[in-house]
Amino acid sequence: MNNQIVQFKNVSFRYDTDAPYALNNVSFEVFEGEWLAIVGHNGSGKSTIAKLMNGLLFPEKGDIYIHHLKLSEELVWDIRDLIGMVFQNPDNQFVGTTVQDDVAFGLENHGIPRKEMIERVHEALRQVKMSNFLDQEPHHLSGGQKQRVAIASVLALRPRIIILDEATSMLDPRGRSEVLDVVRELKKKEKLTIISITHDLEEAARADRIIVMNRGEVYREGLPEDIFKMDEELIRLGLDIPFTTKLVKGLRDNGYDIPKDILNEDKLVDYIWKLKQNI
Amino acid sequence: MEIKTKHLEYTYQKNSPFEKRALIDINITIPHHSYTAVIGHTGSGKSTLLQHLNGLLQPTGGEIQIGDFVIRSDKKKKGLKALRKKVGIVFQFPEHQLFEETVEKDICFGPMNFGVPEQEAKLRAKEALKLVGLSEEYLERSPFDLSGGQMRRIAIAGVLAMQPEVLVLDEPTAGLDPRGRTEIMEMFYSLYKNYGLSIVLVTHSMEDASKYADYIIVMHKGSVYKHGTPREIFDKPEELIKLGLDVPESIRFQLKLEKRLGIQISDQPNLSIEELTESILSYLKWGVTQ
Repeated sequence: MNNQIVQFKNVSFRYDTDAPYALNNVSFEVFEGEWLAIVGHNGSGKSTIAKLMNGLLFPEKGDIYIHHLKLSEELVWDIRDLIGMVFQNPDNQFVGTTVQDDVAFGLENHGIPRKEMIERVHEALRQVKMSNFLDQEPHHLSGGQKQRVAIASVLALRPRIIILDEATSMLDPRGRSEVLDVVRELKKKEKLTIISITHDLEEAARADRIIVMNRGEVYREGLPEDIFKMDEELIRLGLDIPFTTKLVKGLRDNGYDIPKDILNEDKLVDYIWKLKQNI
Repeated sequence: MEIKTKHLEYTYQKNSPFEKRALIDINITIPHHSYTAVIGHTGSGKSTLLQHLNGLLQPTGGEIQIGDFVIRSDKKKKGLKALRKKVGIVFQFPEHQLFEETVEKDICFGPMNFGVPEQEAKLRAKEALKLVGLSEEYLERSPFDLSGGQMRRIAIAGVLAMQPEVLVLDEPTAGLDPRGRTEIMEMFYSLYKNYGLSIVLVTHSMEDASKYADYIIVMHKGSVYKHGTPREIFDKPEELIKLGLDVPESIRFQLKLEKRLGIQISDQPNLSIEELTESILSYLKWGVTQ
């Protein structure tokens, strides 16, 4: 897992020459096959990172490498072939009148022959468990289904990296877990690299690694359990603490010495059960 | 101002092959000065119901009474302008509707459209800005130079400047970071507590619904599945889970823990993390408290 697929080297960016830096000297790596979550308050620079990664924006200072290609005007189209993006609003990313037309759209743009196109559309929809909806009109789908189709559209183009830019923030809890379950499976089976940009810490908890952004800078980087130990510091950064961590804190404050590194509900349930046995 | 529906029905594209029944026999009352949450998943009819609250949609069956206004399926809609002054709707991502050069002009647009003179509208803009927690310095700024959270506040101020009696909110915190979310929810709560507004909140967040609302309506497949106080609604959490709805995190954890322990740790569902912490502490100390 030590193959770097994305590298940011001292990247700075601002939207306007007299605006403050949206990103200030940002460096980090993403490794092939990992799920990286980038979290941060609104305006912390996380979406700017996404836009820089596929050349929707270009850095003012510093370099970006995607799969060892240095991002530049000349290579931007090669780089975009490596990256698929799924955005926040499921209704803004539909172009086709049916689910399968929609997934085919990107392939048509790439001039893929019809026979292969059909195969790829079907395969992509199978991967996101939407094979039964081939001829449905997109606007009849639920939010979670729409986002899964959006992921299929991206998958059909066979990218190496998928960026989820707040892709679950408009979904209800069920839709959110549908999408995240599909993503987890894709990462495992297709060895895709996932970068999810989010301020939902429950979503971030599913990642292998988390980068916390604050005011355009990388504030902290670590495993989810290390990040959630930051506790009150996360709240100061405009974020929140996951539910389990909050509960552990409440119990600790009342004299129960529960280890701080219990981050997941099932472990806490077990711990409380054991605690009672020993009293 | 009380809102009441009687056998309210709404069918999209009625008498066409695309006919779709979105609301079926809705009978609800939203009392004067109350905080009501409407929950249900996508396609449950929440948004269709919301659009009836200020006459954007006319029922295809039954009626809705909003204060003195009655809107029926068989009568032409009249006096809607007056109604819309009283019921303000904040749609999803309201900041997309900002369009003026300055914050002041944007906030004044609504009231002036309803015939409020410019001087008065400007006064209201100042007040509304205060209500959403922004200082007067913002009046002369372009709304497009502000952060997402600030833009949303400006858009909400635009609705408040019309001085509605009922504020209808459709997922008002979508896309905001956790701090922004808490600030905006606290702001609505203060408008309800301190300024006498009624709030109707459409939300996916069961935590917000149970924390802020005194009354919850659960929509499912176009019908009202259940309505009552948060405690009544979440009294049988398994039912809601079966419908594919979420329950507050504290209840979900409580169910998990009780299953593992094989006993109940509290005689009621714990609506907040504080309640849950209390239940666990008393369980650890005393064992079962039945």
